[in-house]
Amino acid sequence: MRELAWMIPVGPFAAFGLIALGAHRSKGLSQGLAIAGIVIAVVLSQLVFLGVVIDPTPERVPVANWYTLGTERAVLSTQVDPTDAIMVAMVSFVCLLIFVYSLGYMEADRRSSRYFAYVSLFAGAMLGAMVSGDLLALFIFWEIMGTCSYLLIGFWWERESASRAALKAFLVTKVGDLFLMMGLVLLYAQVGSLAYSDVFDPETVRRLATTPYIGSLSVASVAVLLLFGGTMGKSAQFPLHVWLPDAMEGPTPASALIHAATMVSAGVYLMIRAFPLLSVSQVMPVVASVGVVTALYASIVAVAQSDIKRVLAFSTISQLGYMVAALGIGAYTASLFHLVTHAFFKALLFLAAGSVIHGIEHGHRHTFGHAVPAHVPEPDFSPNDMWKMGGLAFRMPVTAATFLAGGLALSGFPVLSAGFWSKDEILAQAWNASRWVFWGLVIAAAITAFYSARQIALTFLGTPRSKAAVYARENKTVMVVPLIVLALFAICLGWVGIPHGFPLLGRIVPNWFGDFSSLSLVGLADTLGEAGHPEQVALPPLVFGMVATLGGLASGWWVYGRPAVTGATLEHDPLSQAMARLRLGWLYRAAEQRFYIDAIHAAVVVGPTLGLAKVCSWIDRKVIDAAVVKFGRGFGEGGRIAPVADRVDRKLIDAAVVTFGKGFGEGGRVAPAADRIDRRLFDGLTEGTGLLSSLVARIVVVLDGGVVDGVVNASGFLGRGLANLSDLLDGSVLDGLVRAVAGAFGVIGRWMRRIQTGLLPDYLWNAFMIILLLVAVLVMFRRI
Amino acid sequence: MAVPVLSAMLFTPLVGALLLLVVPRERIGLIRWLGAITAFLVLLLTGYVWWFVARSDPGEMQLVEDVAWIPGLNMRYTVGVDGLSAPMVFLAGLLTMLSLFYSGFTVTERVKEYYLLFLLLETGMLGVFLSLDLILFYVFWEVGLVPMFLLIGVWGGERREYAAIKFFIYTLAGSVFGLLGILAVHFQTGTFNVLDAAAAAPFADNPTWATLAFWALFVAFAIKIPVFPFHTWLPDAHTEAPTTGSVILAGILLKLGAYGMMRVALPLFPERFYYFSVEVPIITVMALMSIVYGALVCLAQWDLKRLVAYSSVAHMGYVTLGLVAAAAAWHGLSGSDGGMFDAAAAGLNGAALQQFSHGIVTGAMFFLVGMIYQRTHTRELKAFGGLASVVPTYYGITMVIAFASLGLPGLIGFWSELFVFRGAIRLIPVAAFIGVVGVVFTAGYVLWKIVQNMFLGTLDRQRWGELQDLTWWERLTLWPLVLLTIVLGVYPAPLINSFNAAATTLLRALGQR
Repeated sequence: MRELAWMIPVGPFAAFGLIALGAHRSKGLSQGLAIAGIVIAVVLSQLVFLGVVIDPTPERVPVANWYTLGTERAVLSTQVDPTDAIMVAMVSFVCLLIFVYSLGYMEADRRSSRYFAYVSLFAGAMLGAMVSGDLLALFIFWEIMGTCSYLLIGFWWERESASRAALKAFLVTKVGDLFLMMGLVLLYAQVGSLAYSDVFDPETVRRLATTPYIGSLSVASVAVLLLFGGTMGKSAQFPLHVWLPDAMEGPTPASALIHAATMVSAGVYLMIRAFPLLSVSQVMPVVASVGVVTALYASIVAVAQSDIKRVLAFSTISQLGYMVAALGIGAYTASLFHLVTHAFFKALLFLAAGSVIHGIEHGHRHTFGHAVPAHVPEPDFSPNDMWKMGGLAFRMPVTAATFLAGGLALSGFPVLSAGFWSKDEILAQAWNASRWVFWGLVIAAAITAFYSARQIALTFLGTPRSKAAVYARENKTVMVVPLIVLALFAICLGWVGIPHGFPLLGRIVPNWFGDFSSLSLVGLADTLGEAGHPEQVALPPLVFGMVATLGGLASGWWVYGRPAVTGATLEHDPLSQAMARLRLGWLYRAAEQRFYIDAIHAAVVVGPTLGLAKVCSWIDRKVIDAAVVKFGRGFGEGGRIAPVADRVDRKLIDAAVVTFGKGFGEGGRVAPAADRIDRRLFDGLTEGTGLLSSLVARIVVVLDGGVVDGVVNASGFLGRGLANLSDLLDGSVLDGLVRAVAGAFGVIGRWMRRIQTGLLPDYLWNAFMIILLLVAVLVMFRRI
Repeated sequence: MAVPVLSAMLFTPLVGALLLLVVPRERIGLIRWLGAITAFLVLLLTGYVWWFVARSDPGEMQLVEDVAWIPGLNMRYTVGVDGLSAPMVFLAGLLTMLSLFYSGFTVTERVKEYYLLFLLLETGMLGVFLSLDLILFYVFWEVGLVPMFLLIGVWGGERREYAAIKFFIYTLAGSVFGLLGILAVHFQTGTFNVLDAAAAAPFADNPTWATLAFWALFVAFAIKIPVFPFHTWLPDAHTEAPTTGSVILAGILLKLGAYGMMRVALPLFPERFYYFSVEVPIITVMALMSIVYGALVCLAQWDLKRLVAYSSVAHMGYVTLGLVAAAAAWHGLSGSDGGMFDAAAAGLNGAALQQFSHGIVTGAMFFLVGMIYQRTHTRELKAFGGLASVVPTYYGITMVIAFASLGLPGLIGFWSELFVFRGAIRLIPVAAFIGVVGVVFTAGYVLWKIVQNMFLGTLDRQRWGELQDLTWWERLTLWPLVLLTIVLGVYPAPLINSFNAAATTLLRALGQR
């Protein structure tokens, strides 16, 4: 069944193509095509998934001959191992749910056809990246995803902030992609192919790990470092994370799909894919540090945000940091597990947040009566502001319940949430691998639980803090059903990966996920250390993890939920007031401003680049071009070379010519002769041609009248019919001929006179004709 | 001998031009039809030629015609086509056809002369790609120069005379060097045939003369490409040229320089090319400056057409970098390390692909610029904004072309960049890492300057509210280019296989010297 893998992305791609080519005129048709495309992908994904469960050995299936470069032949292929099987099953399913949700969310938008085209293209690219059998195809799909992300962030392009956010996202991820591309070409040059089966062949991996490249760094280390640049861009790792919070300018379902559940985890997927190289490289500590820093940084910033989607965006960054840190300590299966559970609960949180926003917008329209078209910016109203919410639990019960499920999963609430199991596994392995990574992640877990509680309390508890929140109401079924399905996954999914050593449950339930996904590494067992095996469960990490989660949730509820918040702005944040009392207000403000990383980017990267651009532009005009022009003018009238040449010309050459030419002058000997020749010969010729033509004409006429007529008359015996015929010939043919010849002479004469007009274009024209003649001569030569 | 297809193709535009001579200038409809039909015939022939070459062996010269021309001076009329030139010939045929089709609806002044010049130009361009004799090459090179000079000078913008004269003198100065180089080669090897001359390895034992001859040829081609710092004629010429003039200038004429590098400069003087790329890396620096500096200058432009013109400098820098990568592997071409050969092949393929894809993409870009200028009479980027909702088709097509321009995978511009860097990282990794910075700047100026300034943000309804979307003939002009951008981007095999066969032959020949 794995032979079907290449067809998985075809459905969504076809949907995109059809919508782009013309189906976009009908909104219903576009929606139908998008849903149909993703349904096909879901069905095929499940089939492929089953096939891999039955036989998990990865196998390369060629799809098409791609190209030959030098002597290297590249073949487009698919390869699906357990990791890919899990990914396609998850991605296609989440896509389907979000597509269905979008039917409701994007209903009122006039560009909804466009939306469905973009998300279909995205789904196809993401699935393509998962099933492809080489890094090059992965990269191609990766970039297409980036483009979809750009298009969807800037979906409401009338908003200045949206188009700026889109640009930022594209450029920042492009910086990462550059490193990725260099990593790819480095591997390509070293291995001669980018197929997984060649690059990750144990023999090749060993060679790459032992060949030094820069100093003591091996080729494998440099390549992994470069590939990791791509991961940092795509998976928003510090300091390339700046684009993701701004990406929330896009439609919320797109945020859920691309900027939370699927695309952003492609970076982590790439590292999982490259794990054979990563595990033998010298840069694992770098990966781990970036992950921990990102997890901590983003969770702290999330605490001080007031936009409901921004909180989730920073929490996404933080969770991606978790996964990257897990990879950095070699916890490959744990990272994948967290990736999958995160996809479900983060999609859930975003969709639920979208549901809240939709409800608030409804309340806003209800309040102010007038028909505010959806998504038109209003300066004093933001439907995303959590300080304008509150008490929504009773107005939007399903949304509230599902958001709670998602929030608990994000915090890692013990046993009853998917996030618990995956996070626990990462912590357990970090405990064994590296203590500082462990403590970093535990602190991040506590903060995560805290801001989850804050978000839930601000949004759903207490009393409404604005008119819009008062009149908010639950959304329709098409939006609510996906929430319920995702909530079930957010609660139960973790149970497929309960470690064997977990107290009580571990003995009852098999660790299906760990066993299955670790099969991806079968061929590499010898290159992996201890960390690859998720079996050791120690009690301390479990206890510390639970304490962090429950402590974070409890304190969050204690600060924001117990006495419900009443103020409707950020200044009323109890935490900020408490911190101000402790003289830590600056810390809160810094967190709110994302620790000024964006400003630093602007000051260190963007500003200097644009400055340099201006300098270059100035140099181009005032230095290089000016030099060229000056050099060129040097030959001209005002220049330095010209006067010299002029003097030489006048004093030396001209003088000679003049002396010589005086002979030609009026008083000289040659000129009168030349004049005579000129008048007699050339003028004569010109006139002569005219004369000649009239002469010829006259002769012909004489011939015509005298001779031919005479002959005709004389030969009366030829009969009347023949005479008539001759007459006819005579009148139309001969006369015509004569007139044509005369006319031609006239034309040539006129044309020749026109040559000597003294106008530049005409001389150019003559040059052109001469070139034509030259070419004609060429043709004649080749005939000979 | 079989039917002389190449000569037929080469001189069809001339026949068309001669026919145009006898058409009265008032019969504008007839002139337009005649021009378009001629160009279409040529396009069919170029398509046939590419198909023929791809079907037989793109690694060898096909359809060769070889006749004595001026026997006393050893000049011959030798034309032939292989996998390197066939796609370029097709590109020339296609862009001329589209330009003449588009002109049929836009050019109203001096129609007869315009069409005449265009057809003459086509013969010049095709001739350069087809000539195997260096003098013939030079003649066609010059034949192409005059019509373009007049196209800019007569049908151009406000400062057309300045731009035209600058273009003419600059290129002419370059081609004088080229002629000197050709003559030097001839005196040493006794042949004008480019393949024979390459096999004879001119000045192999005389580095001084080799250096002089090499630089003479290099400068001639470098001006045409144009490589930094010889590029300043380009922004003026492009900005002032009429739309179709810019299309042909960027689409084909710049490629004559690139093609000359690949066909003449590199095969004749691989050792010198290597020397000045690696040992004394002047060419490498020039290539990197073209890429990075060119892209930076783009970032500072506010005139749309000028921006696209500078982007040509940056994009053609990748061609030079690919050539540098190929030349850098010169020592290893015949060695046992197959990786060296593949690196060189990747670089050369990248360069060839880049010139082709740049022709398609920038050709389309200049059409797009011309179309918007015709409607708005401004090229000032700050004057636009939010046009996406007024002219959706124009927006959609521009987006495809813009993304191709910044090298998005799945579109034609990606492959060349990938291959250039794939070739470069093996032997000149530092240059590769510097050059790749240009990719981000490219994304910056394409998406920020062009896309965001023109299409996104708020719309000035009063000014642009009534802007008309693309007409049917404008769409018809753009569709072939968009189609090629996508099809060859998704499935580049026809193009790559063609170029690769020729590149492999070329590099093998170099390795045997």
